[in-house]
Amino acid sequence: MRLTESLRLRMAALLGRAEMRAEMDEELRSHMEHRADDLERSGLNRAEAERRARIEFGGREKYKQEIHRAMGGNFIETCVQDARFSLRMLRKSPGFTFAAVVTLALAIGANAVVFGLMDGLILKPLNVPQSESLYGTQYGDNPVWQSYPNYLDLRDRNHSFEELAAFNFDLGIGLDTGKDPVVANGFATSGNYFDVLRVHPYLGRFFHASDEHGPNSAPYIVLTYAYWHSHFQDDRGVVGRTVLLDKHPFTIIGVAPPGFHGTIMFVSPDFFLPIVNQDQMGTGDTFDRSNTSGLFEEFGHLRPGVTPAQAIADIDAVSRDLEKSYPKLISHKNTALDREGLTSFGPAAREFVAGLALLAGLILLAACANLGSLFSARAADRSREVALRLALGSSRKRILRQLLTEAVLISLAGGAFGLLGSEVLLRRLSTWQPISGTPVHIPVTPDAKLYVVALLLALVSAFLFGIVPVRQVLRANPYEIVKAGLSARMGRKLTVRDALLAAQIAICAVLVTSSMVAVRGLERSLHSNFGFDPGNTMLAGVNLAMAGYPADKVPAMQRRMIEAMQSIHGVQSAGLVDGYPPLVYTAGSTENVFKEDSGDLKQSNADLAPYRYDVSPGYFDAAGTKLLAGRSFTWHDDKNAPAVAVVNRDFAAKMFGTVAGAVGRNYKLQDGTRVQVVGVVEDGKYQILTESQKPAMFLPSEMLPVSQAYLVVRSSRDPQELAAAMRKKIRELDASLPVDTQTWRSLLETVLFPSRVATMALGVMGVMGAMLSITGIFGMAAYSVSKRLRELGIRVALGAKRREVLQAALGRPLKLLTFGSAAGLVLGLLATRVLAFIVYQATPRDPLVLAGVVVAMALLGLLATWIPAQRALSVNPMILLREE
Amino acid sequence: MTDQAQLLPGTLDLLILRAVSLGPLHGYGILLRIGQISGNALLIEQGALYPGLFRLVRQGLLKASWGTSENNRRAKFYELTAAGRKRLREETVSWNRLADAIAAALAQQPEEA
Repeated sequence: MRLTESLRLRMAALLGRAEMRAEMDEELRSHMEHRADDLERSGLNRAEAERRARIEFGGREKYKQEIHRAMGGNFIETCVQDARFSLRMLRKSPGFTFAAVVTLALAIGANAVVFGLMDGLILKPLNVPQSESLYGTQYGDNPVWQSYPNYLDLRDRNHSFEELAAFNFDLGIGLDTGKDPVVANGFATSGNYFDVLRVHPYLGRFFHASDEHGPNSAPYIVLTYAYWHSHFQDDRGVVGRTVLLDKHPFTIIGVAPPGFHGTIMFVSPDFFLPIVNQDQMGTGDTFDRSNTSGLFEEFGHLRPGVTPAQAIADIDAVSRDLEKSYPKLISHKNTALDREGLTSFGPAAREFVAGLALLAGLILLAACANLGSLFSARAADRSREVALRLALGSSRKRILRQLLTEAVLISLAGGAFGLLGSEVLLRRLSTWQPISGTPVHIPVTPDAKLYVVALLLALVSAFLFGIVPVRQVLRANPYEIVKAGLSARMGRKLTVRDALLAAQIAICAVLVTSSMVAVRGLERSLHSNFGFDPGNTMLAGVNLAMAGYPADKVPAMQRRMIEAMQSIHGVQSAGLVDGYPPLVYTAGSTENVFKEDSGDLKQSNADLAPYRYDVSPGYFDAAGTKLLAGRSFTWHDDKNAPAVAVVNRDFAAKMFGTVAGAVGRNYKLQDGTRVQVVGVVEDGKYQILTESQKPAMFLPSEMLPVSQAYLVVRSSRDPQELAAAMRKKIRELDASLPVDTQTWRSLLETVLFPSRVATMALGVMGVMGAMLSITGIFGMAAYSVSKRLRELGIRVALGAKRREVLQAALGRPLKLLTFGSAAGLVLGLLATRVLAFIVYQATPRDPLVLAGVVVAMALLGLLATWIPAQRALSVNPMILLREE
Repeated sequence: MTDQAQLLPGTLDLLILRAVSLGPLHGYGILLRIGQISGNALLIEQGALYPGLFRLVRQGLLKASWGTSENNRRAKFYELTAAGRKRLREETVSWNRLADAIAAALAQQPEEA
C-alpha cells in the first residue's frame, strides 16, 4: 500500500505540480494567519502581527524546497532548474557554446555515419525470412567461383543444408523490350533460388526447380521491384510480356518484392534468370565441369541442429570425393561459410568498417578530450562563482549536477546536429552509384537504431567530458578561493588539462598522419607501373552474343572490328582482349600450367597458376605493354597454327629460370596442349593493385574465340571524339550491336575503389582531426593568455620584449603541441602498417609524409595561437593595472 | 527563550505523531500542542514542521484533510493512521529505552582510581 501511495504522490507531484504548490502555499499561509490571530489577540495590530508571524515562520522558500524533497517530486524540477540555469550560462558565452556544439556535432556525426554503414553492411541480415539460418559457401577452389556441375553434386550429396541454391552474376546483358535496347545486369540463379530464400513474388510468379529441364529450357526472367519501377513504370501488364536478352526471347513471369535485391548485400541486380539459360548470355558452357566461372556462390538454410562447422566439414568431404573423381579439373582447397549476403566479402567489409569505427572512435575521443579541457578551464574560471555558491550553502552535489547538465545540454545539441548531418550523408550514400556500369549500391537506411546510437553517443561523451572538472569542484575550498581571488590558482605544475590537450593533439596527429599516408599511397598507385599504359587508351566492351553471333562467326567479326578501329583517323594501334582487360572490374582468371615434361596433369601437380589473357595481334601495342624479348602475335597465330604464347617476365623467370632464354621454350596447358613461348613482356598488375607479382600468359584470341571481348584502342585524340568515332565504326559494321566505350583509366576506378574510399574516409577524418586540434590549441592558448593578462601587463610595463611576452603567454600550449604531435606522428606511422592492407603502397617511410605532418601540425599550431598571441602582444599595462 | 533545548535530529517526527495522537490537528495546532505537552521547553522553528508533516503523510503514518479551524479559517487537519499509531508505540518504547540508558550512563559517578 505504501508503494502505491508513494507512486500516487510522485505522479501527483509530476502531474499536478502547480496544484500541489497552490495547496502547499495555502497551508503555509493558513499557518501564518493562525499565528497572526494569536499575536493579534495578545495586543498587536493586524499588520504587525502578520509581519511577526512571517518572521517566526522562517525561510519559506527553503521549507518549500524541503517539502518538495520530502515528497520525492523534486528530481525533475531540479533538472528543469538546472537546465534553465545552464542555458543562461551557455548563452553568456556563445563562442564557447558554438565551438563545443560544432566539435561534438562533427564527432558524433562521424560516428553515426560509421554506425549507419556498419548497420547496413554488417549488422542487418539479408531481408528474407529466417535469415539467421541462411548460410552461403565461400568455396575454396578458384577464389570463389566454381562450376555448375560441381554445385549439382554438392546439392545432391551434402547432408547439412535443407536445400542448396546457387547464383552467378551476369553483368552487361543487352535487354531489348522492342524499343530501345539497354544494357542491364542480372543474377543467373538455380531454379530453387526463390524457394530456398522463402520470398514470394510481388507480381506474377517466380521460376522453380520444376521449370528446369536441361540447357536453355527455362526462358523466364523475374524483374526486381526497383527495375520494374524505373524501367517499366510500375506497369502491371508486364507479366507475360516477351523481351530479348542478348537476342534470345525470355518471358517476364514476375516481379520480386520491394525489399528484395538478390543475395549480395551491396549489389542490386535488375532481373533474375534461370542459370540453366546462362549460356545464352555468352558466358561459356555452364554445364561443362571445366568452366569454373559458371557459378558464384551457393547458399541454403542449415538443417536444424547442424552447426556451420559441421556443414563446412560436410562440404569439404564431398568436395574431396569430387576431387578424386575429377583430378584434372578439381583441386579442392577449403570451404568457408558465412552469413548469406556478405559471404565472400564479409572479411573485407568487416575489416573496413571496423577500421572506420576505430578512426571515428578516435575522433570522438579527441573531441571529448578537447571539451574536457575546455570545461575544466571553464570550471576554473567559475571557481569564484562555485565558491560563493558553496559558501551560501549549496551542496557540491547540486553544483556538479548543474555542471553535468551543462555538458549534457551541449552534447545533446551536438548530437542533434551530428545526427542531422549524418542522416543527409547516409541518404546520399544509399543512392550513390560508386562504380558506374555496375549494380553496386550501399544499402544504408537511417532508422530508429541510428537515433538511439546518436543519443547514447551524446550521453556517453557528455559524461566523459563532464566528469573532467569534477575533482576540481570537489576539492575547491570556498574560503580560500573567495579570500585569494582567481590568480592564486594558476599552478605551474602539469594539470589534467595539459595531459588532455597533449592526448588530444596526439590523437589528431595520428589522424592527420594516416590521412596523409593514404593520400600519398593513392597518388602513387595512380602513377605506378601497371604493365600497361592506361593513358590515351580507350576500351570498347563488345559482346557479339548480344547481337546473336554464333561462335563460328565471332573471329571474323572481331577481326573486322579491329581493322575498323585501326582505320579511324589518329589511332596508333588497336587490338582486342577476350573477357576483361587487366584491372577492370577485378575480373581475372587463372589457369594451371605444367612443365613440358610433366606427365600427370593433375591440379595438384601444377607448376604455376598464371593469369590467362586471350589477345589479338596489336593488343600489346594498343595496351602499351613493352615487349622484352621475342615477338608478339600475328594473324597467322590462329587455330590451325601451332599453339604459341607470350608470357610475362615473372612467368618466364619462374617457369624457365630465364627471361631472355624463355623464347622458344615449351610448356603445357591443363588440357595437355603444348605451347611454345614466342615472346616475353614486362610484368604488370592483373586483378587488384595490392596483389604481389603474379605470372601471366597471353594466348592468341584466334585460338579459342570468345564472344565477349574488349577492343583496346590507343590514340592521343580527345577521348569523347574518339569514342564517338569508334561507336560510329561499329554501328557501320552491325547496327544492332550495343557498345560500351570508356577510357581504360576510368575503368580502373573499380580496382581503385577500395583505396579511394579508404582515402576519402581517412581524408575526412584527417581534416576533422586537424579542426579538433585547432580548437583544442586555440582554447588552451586563449585561456592561458586571458588568465595571465595581468601578469603579462606587468611584464610589458617592466620592459619585456615581444618575444619574451609571447614565450610567457604561449610557451606551454606550444610545448604541449610539440610533444603531442611527436607522439601522434610515431603512433600514426605505426598505424599505417594496418593501412597498407587497404591502401596500395601506403608506406610510413616517406619523407614527404613526415615533412607534411610536421608542417601541417606547425601550421595548425600557428593558426590556432595567432589570435591569442595578438591579444597577448596588444596588452596595455596601464588599462590592465587600473582595472584591478 | 535561551533556556529552550535544540531538537535532536529525528525527534520532530516522534513529537508530531505524539501531538496528533490526541486528536486531529492542523499544522499550527500541532505546534501549539507540542509546546503545551513539552512545557514550552523545545525550540522549533515554525516552518520546520511542514517538511516533517509531508514526510509522515508520504510514509502513510498520517493522513490529511481540509477542514475549518476554531478561528473559522480553512486549514489542513492531520490525524494518525493505524500504521502511525503502531509506529508511535514502537518509537515511544525505543525512545524510552534510549533515554533511560543515557540517563543511567550520565548518572554514574566517576570512580576514583
